[in-house]
Amino acid sequence: MSNKLMTEGQVVAELRSGMTIGIGGWGSRRKPMSLVRALLRSDLRDLTVVAYGGPDVGLLCAAGKVRRLVYGFVSLDSIALEPHFRAARQAGAIESVEYDEGMLYWGLYAAANRLPFLPTRAGLGSGVMRTNPELRTIVSPYGDGEQLIAMPALRLDAALVHLNRADAAGNAQFLGPDPYFDELFCMAAERAYVSCERVVPAGELTSEGPLQGVRVARWMVRGVVEAPGGAHFTSCAPDYERDERFQRAYVEAAGDAGRWAAFQTRFLAGDEGDYRRAVAAFDSEVHA
Amino acid sequence: MSVTTATRAEVCAVACADAWRGDGELLASPFGTVPAIGARLARATFAPELLLTDGEAAFAGGVWAVGEEPPRREGWVPFRAIFELVWRGRRHVMMIPSQLDRHGNANISCIGGEYARPKVQLLGVRGAPGNTVSHPTSYWVPRHSPRVFVERVDMISGVGPAAAAEAGPAATRHMDLRRVVSDLAVLDFGGSGGTLRLVSLHPGTSLEQVQAATGFELEVAGGGEPATSRMPSDEELRLIRDVLDPRGLREQEVPDR
Repeated sequence: MSNKLMTEGQVVAELRSGMTIGIGGWGSRRKPMSLVRALLRSDLRDLTVVAYGGPDVGLLCAAGKVRRLVYGFVSLDSIALEPHFRAARQAGAIESVEYDEGMLYWGLYAAANRLPFLPTRAGLGSGVMRTNPELRTIVSPYGDGEQLIAMPALRLDAALVHLNRADAAGNAQFLGPDPYFDELFCMAAERAYVSCERVVPAGELTSEGPLQGVRVARWMVRGVVEAPGGAHFTSCAPDYERDERFQRAYVEAAGDAGRWAAFQTRFLAGDEGDYRRAVAAFDSEVHA
Repeated sequence: MSVTTATRAEVCAVACADAWRGDGELLASPFGTVPAIGARLARATFAPELLLTDGEAAFAGGVWAVGEEPPRREGWVPFRAIFELVWRGRRHVMMIPSQLDRHGNANISCIGGEYARPKVQLLGVRGAPGNTVSHPTSYWVPRHSPRVFVERVDMISGVGPAAAAEAGPAATRHMDLRRVVSDLAVLDFGGSGGTLRLVSLHPGTSLEQVQAATGFELEVAGGGEPATSRMPSDEELRLIRDVLDPRGLREQEVPDR
């Protein structure tokens, strides 16, 4: 079986400016944050990002990496609004392609199945039709004659997802409550990269959870990154919950240019190892 | 009846509960504390077959307090299954609009400026477009004000009757807009052309007060004096206070006056 193990840096080296990149997870849940942090450190720019957005989107917006954002929402879950995403929108800094969150699902599903579009009611009559003038409707060829939205396939150049466990061949498993849409992101993409909390030997994915949790199959995957804590500060249950204290600190820092610069210096200036050490120091502040 | 003792938040909770009356075996998706109390009150009393989630990815059984974990889980409902419920029509959501207009359109996306550069960016449309054209939808407005109740929303997220009619039969076929509960009153979508209409005033509020807190002329159901929202029964009050919200979180969302 092939060994697809890579580092975050090697993944980012395979990406190019101007690409369309899908990011798995949902809101502030199981986001491939170590890969996002590697993107922040790169020279990549002008990205189109497709996501059920959380701090992944916020950080990429703050770093000026995003030209175009395809989304249904951006939220930190326990904190409703994402400060950097808001600032980017309010500055007119990103092109907004806003869909109903079910349309996003349908667009990924169409791409995963190599269909040009899938019909849906979701979006009819809403502002989504006005703000996405390229959206087309289609009339049902059957007796009902209903006029539905033809949700276009959301084809991705690359997908980044984070799961709990994976093997070196790219079979990857979620152990938490929800698979989200991660394998659809992988199937919609030319190249999918999976980070995980721990790489386990082939055949041992069943030791911690059911085989049904192996939603991402190796045929979908180009690269595997072992990234313990790789979803921090989003949740990665049952390995860890969202770091609510860190998330609050992130939001507080985002509200002020000086404090954001200090936050970046403290947490985002170095590599992933530096990040882990800085977070450990941040944790020890409360326990001291 | 404990007419004199119920707080405004408790009146709102039963008005929310009544939104799910008669719904049968579908998923009640409440946003906000008072609607969550209302949905669980409905299950605990007149709608035992309602489905509820634990807020994550499970159907939750039993009756439990807001802010706590449910006593048991009865099924798996990840986000993908929520879309199935939505599109199949087996869900009744109660959303919190940042704006709600005379035409029954709701906005949770962005406000002011132009779309490419809004003055205030909020969440995005989320699932509101699909919800409103697929299954029963109600709204909860914790603070009734002219900033929420506007003549026209800036970005239609939840679709109103006229906007749906303009989009055609595919948009209206399963549309089922039920009611709006605010901290002052109950409204519905029965006004002329599917516009918002005042149904009842919560005890202690006046038509003038509600009109002043609404950014457009309110039609009154029946044309005469508005009805009064119903008071919680003694049993409902006991459930709200002892079982569903013993910590009094409802009073933080709707302070008594």
